[in-house]
Amino acid sequence: MPIEIKMPALSPTMEQGKLAKWLVSEGDSVESGDILAEIETDKATMEFEAVDEGTIASIAVAEGTDEVSVGTVIAVLSVDGEDTDTIAAPASTPPSGKPDTPAMAETAQAAPPSPAQPSPPSPPPSTPAAPATLTTPARHDRIIASPLARRIAQDKGIDLAGLKGSGPNGRIVKADVEAAMAGGSASTTPGIPVAKPATVEMKDETRALLDDRIPHSVTSLSSMRKTIARRLTQSMQEAPHIYLTVDVTLDRLLAMRKEMNAALESRGIKLSVNDMLIKALGRALIDVPECNVAFAGSELITYSRADISVAVSIPGGLITPIIADANGKSLSEIAVAAKDLAARAKQGKLQPDEYQGGTASISNMGMMGIKQFTAVINPPQATILAIGAGEKRPWVMDNGELGVATVMSVTGSFDHRAIDGADGARLMTAFKRYVESPLGMVA
Amino acid sequence: MSNSYDLIVLGSGPGGYVAAIRAAQLGLKTAIVERERLGGICLNWGCIPTKALLRSGEVMHQMRHAGDYGLAADNITADLEAIVKRSRGVADQLNMGVTGLMKKNKITVHMGTGKLTVPDKLSVTDEGGKTTELSAKHIILATGARARELPMKTAQADGQRIWTYRHAMTPPDMPTKLLVIGSGAIGIEFASFYNDIGVDVTVVEMMDRVVPVEDADVSTFLEKALKKQGIEIRTSAQLEEIKSSAKGVAVKIKDKAGKVSDETYSHVIVAIGIVPNIEGIGLEQVGIEQDERSHIKADGFGRTNVPGIWAIGDCTAGPWLAHKASHEGVTAAEAIAKELGNPQVHPHALDRRNIPGCTYCHPQVASVGLTEAAAKDAGYEVKAGTFPFIGNGKAIALGEPEGFVKTVFDAKTGELLGAHMVGAEVTEMIQGFVVGKTLETTEAELMQTIFPHPTISESMHESVLSAYGRAIHI
Repeated sequence: MPIEIKMPALSPTMEQGKLAKWLVSEGDSVESGDILAEIETDKATMEFEAVDEGTIASIAVAEGTDEVSVGTVIAVLSVDGEDTDTIAAPASTPPSGKPDTPAMAETAQAAPPSPAQPSPPSPPPSTPAAPATLTTPARHDRIIASPLARRIAQDKGIDLAGLKGSGPNGRIVKADVEAAMAGGSASTTPGIPVAKPATVEMKDETRALLDDRIPHSVTSLSSMRKTIARRLTQSMQEAPHIYLTVDVTLDRLLAMRKEMNAALESRGIKLSVNDMLIKALGRALIDVPECNVAFAGSELITYSRADISVAVSIPGGLITPIIADANGKSLSEIAVAAKDLAARAKQGKLQPDEYQGGTASISNMGMMGIKQFTAVINPPQATILAIGAGEKRPWVMDNGELGVATVMSVTGSFDHRAIDGADGARLMTAFKRYVESPLGMVA
Repeated sequence: MSNSYDLIVLGSGPGGYVAAIRAAQLGLKTAIVERERLGGICLNWGCIPTKALLRSGEVMHQMRHAGDYGLAADNITADLEAIVKRSRGVADQLNMGVTGLMKKNKITVHMGTGKLTVPDKLSVTDEGGKTTELSAKHIILATGARARELPMKTAQADGQRIWTYRHAMTPPDMPTKLLVIGSGAIGIEFASFYNDIGVDVTVVEMMDRVVPVEDADVSTFLEKALKKQGIEIRTSAQLEEIKSSAKGVAVKIKDKAGKVSDETYSHVIVAIGIVPNIEGIGLEQVGIEQDERSHIKADGFGRTNVPGIWAIGDCTAGPWLAHKASHEGVTAAEAIAKELGNPQVHPHALDRRNIPGCTYCHPQVASVGLTEAAAKDAGYEVKAGTFPFIGNGKAIALGEPEGFVKTVFDAKTGELLGAHMVGAEVTEMIQGFVVGKTLETTEAELMQTIFPHPTISESMHESVLSAYGRAIHI
């Protein structure tokens, strides 16, 4: 009995993904644990492992195919002794996957620890059948280009997929390739593959907005950029934001950090200011649970653990790896976890459960010299702190005299549907207290 | 107000009337202003009636060579009046056709002389002196051009002995000894026609070769062919003096060596180029810029420096060809529709490298793109191929073995830079290369194309193969 290998749901919310790369070919024998393919979701590229062993009888979805629905048969595995020649990829298969909008309760079972998801013998009866998904044909978007444009591009090592055509119906013509050679396009470096098949054809809405008298280029949005755009728009449209700003002195926190780093040096751990702010926020959220919430329309979810999403800038966008239980973790644990997550985020190697979820967020633009800013809430969370730069400012000291202190401005954005101004203020005060009296967060 | 339009086109030649039709197709309320006859020079006094005349010349030429085909024809004579009558009939038929097209497309025709008063207004004065004010969101100037005259006061075209193309098309009497000044397309066509119907023809050209805009190989070939037909060709020659009298036209021609010869001709055709029709149309009133040769300055879509005013065709920079004007007309109409909010149109700017040129002498000349010399001047590393008609079965069967096809490629990219043809039917074949150039084909697609046998067009294929050392029949 051949086993159908289906597009895995690599995260609770994943509905489709890109089959970025096949690491096996038809006829290869695979063992459980072998990496079959790389799957690209809106946030990360993940390896897809084999669960069963056998021989790859057929590959049904070509690599590079985008928007492959979860549950689509992407390959067929023949178990030992079967004649692989007789096993063809099925034309269509009702996916065994999950319903379109998973309820929260299903999350745990829908996201298995191993992403490999061989077809169960039959779908669980309780799972409504999603619309039958045709086996996605190997759809390579045809690049429309003139023969001369193709010739020049080939000679010069230019990837036409990254170019925008200026000819009739968006055809890529010689002038477009020459413009790319002159440095007009990001995809011109010979030998370096283009990250994404950028432009296929300009959409009508783009054309309507475009002022073609101004030199320009048009690029397709990456799936990450689309996700960012959708979620931030949703947040600003649905969640009425209130913004509360406090100034926080850092001198004692910096002094403690110096002392702790000296002590931690032998263990090879170095605390950043941000690690300490994550901890402070975690503590503050436990103290003020009114801000550790999600607004669910007719109900309010209040979390009793503080999982802090930390905004990390990565090429092409932003990702928010999570420090789970920031309140319960020690500073050194936070430092180690944050460093690891940030490094893997930049390589696109995070697992979905490492960046999806969280109960509140922190975004620090202090290292970029930003004095103060407001952040957009990361739904369904209700709280995000925007951290400005710590800078020496004239300050009225505890003794009433004017002195110099290291001060940063922190602005909290709160979903006003769920959080009242007074509760937000209590959170900001608690956060300020932990930062200004940092022993409180380690005590 | 009924005299208010989305678009008014001034001039109804092949640029203007095509622009008006395209605009009407795109739903614009369109009017066209014409002072003389719908269809302009092309249809009434240019391209079309000359082709009718040349056809008569060609038939006569064939009849004279009837013996070559095993036929006999005696007492072949040309009835000039009947030839001209046929030519006028063709022009009249097409003029009616344009009238019908205007009606069909609901384009309002205002007969009269139009003049811009302010950038969005045009006054039209009809034959009776009555003036009508029109206004429009956009105005296209398509006023065309006319023959350039000789600088000498004694040699202004009067239609008696000194003619422009227009007189030459409706000659009052049969010339006996004709001088054609200028060997561009117009000069060579009339020289060919009058020679075919038995007139003694001489062509003088200032440059060192005939049809100087064409590839040098074409010029050399054509000069030889025309001389063989009995036309006297004097290149690198200058007109020193020209005097018209009742007896004829006395001309002093200085040759390359500086030697001056005196000749007398019964008639002279002046074909030394064109001047744009830019006078009295209000350019100064609205401040429209012109280039150093007084052509109206316009961008690739036809925009002048004044918003809302466009210019196309012969009143703008060259080449001064009807099909270039028509193409500009369509482009301008689409660009205007886009400016008026139509999101469906996507005009592309004129690409001058892909405008073909045709001369309908015998043998015909047709070309597109860069000559070999121009390509080298532009810095290309060139691969050129030539295939003579003598290697083509159809040409031999037709009794037309004189001619060749030359193709010029960029050696680095395989881009077809230019194609140059001389011989029978080449004006009907050049579009193959024009399509190829417009699609940016390389030698590979042209080599891969199957040309029908037996046709003269196989020479096009062979020429491409020859550029890469692969010609079969030579």
